Amino acid sequence: MGRLATAAGQEVIIEIGCMPVQVRSESSEFLQMIAERYSGFLNPNARPVFELNVDLVAPGRITEEEDLSVRFESGRWLIERGDLRAEWEPASRRGRIMQSPNPYSIDAALRIIHSLILAHEGGLLVHAASAVRNGKAFLFAGVSGAGKTTISRLAPPDVTLLTDEISYLQRNGHGYVAHGTPFAGELARVGENVQAPLAALYLLQKGPENAIEPVSASEAARMLLENVLFFAHDPKLVSLVFESACELVSNVPVYRLTFFPDERIWEWIA
Amino acid sequence: MSAIYIARANEVAARSLDGEMMIMSARNSTLFTLNTVGTVIWQSADGKTTLEEIVENKICAEFEVDPEEALKDVESFVNDLASHGIIVVSDVPINPAALGGA
Repeated sequence: MGRLATAAGQEVIIEIGCMPVQVRSESSEFLQMIAERYSGFLNPNARPVFELNVDLVAPGRITEEEDLSVRFESGRWLIERGDLRAEWEPASRRGRIMQSPNPYSIDAALRIIHSLILAHEGGLLVHAASAVRNGKAFLFAGVSGAGKTTISRLAPPDVTLLTDEISYLQRNGHGYVAHGTPFAGELARVGENVQAPLAALYLLQKGPENAIEPVSASEAARMLLENVLFFAHDPKLVSLVFESACELVSNVPVYRLTFFPDERIWEWIA
Repeated sequence: MSAIYIARANEVAARSLDGEMMIMSARNSTLFTLNTVGTVIWQSADGKTTLEEIVENKICAEFEVDPEEALKDVESFVNDLASHGIIVVSDVPINPAALGGA
C-alpha cells in the first residue's frame, strides 16, 4: 500500500517503467481506489520524477471534446476527452487532471503522459502483449482481434506476463527493455511489475497452423507504427515516434507469428 | 517545357530501411514506402536539380527505361507526393532552408 497521508496532502506514488509518478488528491477514497488498482506498481519510497494533482468533480461531461485531443500549447501538453481535462508541463514536471472519481480517466492520462515522455527518450508504448521467459522479453503486437489476449491466456506457468494490452518499451543503449504495465486489456489482469531486455518482436495473426517468418525492416516499421500508441498530432512528436520505431526494427529481430490458438504456440517462443 | 524543381518538404521524417525509403508526414502521420526508383528521386530532390536532369542522370542512367516515358511517370509520382505535402514542386529553384516547418 502506498503512503496516503502526508503533511502537504494525500498521495500515492505509481512507478511504471522505472518512472515514479506522484498522484495527489484531497480524496482519500479516490487514492484508495487508485492504490488498489495499481497495487503492484506502488513505490512509496521512490523519488517521483513528476507530480500529478487530481481535482475531482461530479460525474458528467467535463469537456466538449468528443474524441481525445492532445496538443502542446505554451509549454504545456493539454489533454482533453469527454471525461477528463489534464495539463502537464514537462519543464516543471507537474500536471493536473480534472476528472470524476473513476479509475479510467487517470489511467488514460497516465498512458498519454508516459507515451509523451517515452517518445523523447527513444521509447514507445505499443498495442502489444508482452511476456518474459528465461530472462528475455517478447512482444506480441497486433490490432484488436490479432490474438494478444489469446496468446497471453495460453502462456505456460514459466512465463511472466508483462501486459496483455499495452507494452512499455524503454531505450537502453542499442537495445530495449520491456516493462510490465498495469494497463490491462481483455484479461482485465494487470501485468507483473518486472522488466527484461527485449529479445524479439512478433507481429501477431491467427491462422490454421503455427508459423514464424522474418519480416523486412520496412514492413516491420510499418506494422509497428500501426500499433504504437500515438496520441498527439504534433510534428516534432511524429518525427520522434517514427525514428524510435525505425530504430527498434533495426536493432531487434522482428517476425510475423501466425498461430493456431492453443498452448503449442509457446513451444516456439524461447 | 519549363523546368520543374523538387525539394523534400521539411515537415517529414525519412529513413532508409533495407534499401527502402520510409517517409512519414509529420503533419498527418501518413506513412509512405518508396521503391528503389522513388528513393532515387527522393534523394535527388535538392531544389536545385531539375526533374529532367534527375530522370536523365539518375533514372535513365541506372534503370533501363525510356526517357520520355520515365519523365511522364516521374512527374505523376512527384505530383502525388506533393499532394501529400512531403515534396515541394516549383518551376523555379527551391531553397530548402526557406521552406520552414518542423
